[in-house]
Amino acid sequence: MDVYRAIADPTRRAILDELVDRSGQSLFEICARLTMKHGINSSRQAIAQHLDVLEAAGLIRTRRVGRSKHHWFVGGPLKAIAERWPISTDERGFER
Amino acid sequence: MRINLAGVFVDDQQKALRFYTETLGFQVKHNIPLGEYAWITVVSAEDPEGTEFLLEPDAHPAVRPFLKAIVADGIPSTSFAVDDAQAEYERLVEKGVRFVQSPTDLGTVVTAIFDDTCGNLIQIMEEKPQP
Repeated sequence: MDVYRAIADPTRRAILDELVDRSGQSLFEICARLTMKHGINSSRQAIAQHLDVLEAAGLIRTRRVGRSKHHWFVGGPLKAIAERWPISTDERGFER
Repeated sequence: MRINLAGVFVDDQQKALRFYTETLGFQVKHNIPLGEYAWITVVSAEDPEGTEFLLEPDAHPAVRPFLKAIVADGIPSTSFAVDDAQAEYERLVEKGVRFVQSPTDLGTVVTAIFDDTCGNLIQIMEEKPQP
């Protein structure tokens, strides 16, 4: 799963937003935040599938906390975007 | 019809009774020995005539796999109302309660989730005043 496809979906971007707000969340907490803060009422199963896509792209990692599975945001793979298309100092010249 | 009873399955009724009374602060309403187990209910000190909360043994073979699966996904067994989620969180952390979700503002409510040490995750929820 490449990183571009993983972040192409608005629900997956909202999941990453929430994991940046607080890293280390259960599926239940992620679903609650998506429903209450983003109006995204997808099923738990659908959100679990989104999490699988993000994990396959290396954008989240999971670990057990007690008896629960929690999810962490990992920003590393996003560096490939900025490395591929660096923000040029030249582009300031076009803002006039 | 009225709702007078709710509850959770617990892995040890006596341990649960201690946690729900000494740690959470509920009061014993009934503690009736029934052979190997007991009929144990607690009530809120703020509402002693209100809904009773049953601490039910998890002896049925279906219970533990069920709880294991919902706890893995972080799903609480039930939810209690609090006036101030942050204050309640701090009070319980002070008493050694392990939270899996610290107080989180979800817009209309603030929620937090802790481990009841008896097999369940329990949510506390503060309803924010509506503008």
